[in-house]
Amino acid sequence: MTTATDALMPYDEVLERFDPVLGLEVHVELGTATKMFCGCPTAFGAPPNTQVCPTCLGLPGSLPVVNGVAVESAVRIGLALNCTIVDWCRFARKNYFYPDIPKNFQISQYDEPIAVDGRFDIELEDGATFRVRIERAHMEEDTGKSLHVGGSTGRIHGAEYSLLDYNRAGVPLIEIVTKPITGTGARAPEVARVYVAALRDVLRGLGVSDVRMDQGSLRCDANVSLMPKGATEFGTRTETKNVNSLRSVERAVRHEMQRQAAVLAAGGTVVQETRHFDENTGFTRPGRVKETAEDYRYFPEPDLVPVAPDTEWVIGLRKALPEPPAERRRRVQTDWDLSDLELRDMVNAGALDLITATVDAGAPAAQARSWWMSYLSQEANTRGIELAELPITPVEVARVVALVAEGGLTNNLARQVVDGVLAGEGTPDEVVESRGLAVVSDDSSLVAAVDEALAAQPDVVEKVRGGKVAAAGAIVGAVMKATGGKADAKRVRELVLERCAQ
Amino acid sequence: MNTISRDEVAHLARLARLAVTEDELDTFAAQLDVILASVARVGEVAADDIPPTSHAVPLTNVFRADEVRPGLTQQQALSGAPATEDGRFKVPQILGGDE
Ligand SMILES: [Zn+2]
Repeated sequence: MTTATDALMPYDEVLERFDPVLGLEVHVELGTATKMFCGCPTAFGAPPNTQVCPTCLGLPGSLPVVNGVAVESAVRIGLALNCTIVDWCRFARKNYFYPDIPKNFQISQYDEPIAVDGRFDIELEDGATFRVRIERAHMEEDTGKSLHVGGSTGRIHGAEYSLLDYNRAGVPLIEIVTKPITGTGARAPEVARVYVAALRDVLRGLGVSDVRMDQGSLRCDANVSLMPKGATEFGTRTETKNVNSLRSVERAVRHEMQRQAAVLAAGGTVVQETRHFDENTGFTRPGRVKETAEDYRYFPEPDLVPVAPDTEWVIGLRKALPEPPAERRRRVQTDWDLSDLELRDMVNAGALDLITATVDAGAPAAQARSWWMSYLSQEANTRGIELAELPITPVEVARVVALVAEGGLTNNLARQVVDGVLAGEGTPDEVVESRGLAVVSDDSSLVAAVDEALAAQPDVVEKVRGGKVAAAGAIVGAVMKATGGKADAKRVRELVLERCAQ
Repeated sequence: MNTISRDEVAHLARLARLAVTEDELDTFAAQLDVILASVARVGEVAADDIPPTSHAVPLTNVFRADEVRPGLTQQQALSGAPATEDGRFKVPQILGGDE
């Protein structure tokens, strides 16, 4: 048995001797309210076996009925990946006896997927575009969750028994399969990571899934094989599962390339198998020997009638697709005149959507960016949450920006208003009202405050009159203090100079 | 004349995680032959102009609204299980050491 001490060939040497071939299978759990074939809820984290019914438990006499929204999501995903949506397809039974699926078969699609022959252009780190061709996207149902108890490691080998929770069984899944990806050379691990990241962005933009890799709503299986330089036939591939982060996708591909190269260089053969990625060590270890497609004895699902997407409906869904993330980023970069670095910072901070929404709500781009990228980013950092999780909306930020532009708030007051909104005190206007934060714009009360300050500091008045205009700052400061920061400092300064000149 | 071999029965038994004795391999091979031969008779009446079909009714697009419907409680779900633990179904070790 192979262990975590697998020999690895240095990466540079791998590339001198072999060409990698990738195949990526991404499973995305749809964010529908109910499961694929029954009305059970799909919320993550419920107590075990509380979101189940006779259908998803495979009890005798139960029958599946297809979730229409899941079909729509599948079509939209297919369209976003430039696939052809077939005009007729069926579900199929994939038969296997493993307790993660209580029916002893998974309802999937086999030779008649709903979406085929797509292409997806991804942008690598240096800005180069790489085209990934999509083989298919098909609908299926998720499996239950197994917990293996006993044995030395708690892993599946040596487990004494397993505990099953079927809350996840039947949750709608879309499996997106690439055609073999060749020609990446040294960049294979990067291509794999960028592909999954770009796919995640597209799926998020479609609003079909929450695409949380950490919660398993987006999962990647990485098929890797090596061809000796000059060979024309693909080598034997392995399929690495359990890859739960973008970084892991990259590490797993790189590791498999190095491991397989060492096996081949030593005169061995790569075993076609499923391997599991270990997040801690970065190594892969063998899982069960894969059953062949024949072993699954696929056949058309007799309990479900075919799906025949209406052409007009598909055309309508295509027209309603959101702007692809990559195009949107390029447009935003041009419109707002951003450097590559500025754009990347915004994307990495998860601020792009928030900023564009703030701009859509009427704020100038520069102010919208400034709020989200500095003050609110710091606030999110302090709280240890994502920017989007802050209890303030883009519309509220736009309102604060508008209040400043109208002269109703100074920048300092604006921050206090935002603090109030974040503290749950209501909308910006409500916070202004309840905290009494409106700018004192009434000249007569300002003049009174200025005169009072001037009277208190006659020496400053002399300095200003003697030409030391900078000395006026002390008076401005005093007035700002007296008005609780609610005065417009620029106006106060004008008034100070006017009064001194008299 | 067996068209299903003992090896194929053994393979199917392994996929189905069933323990089958040597004697049973012969018994089942013979029985599966009869079943397959019976089903194969359908092919005798199928002409070239009859496409393979999986459904007797000419229906497509039977969809359900994405609305939550009441299911089972945990207690109800587990009520038929031979063994449970922590609200979960308890099943024997699944994969042998050789798999
Ligand atoms: Zn159910």
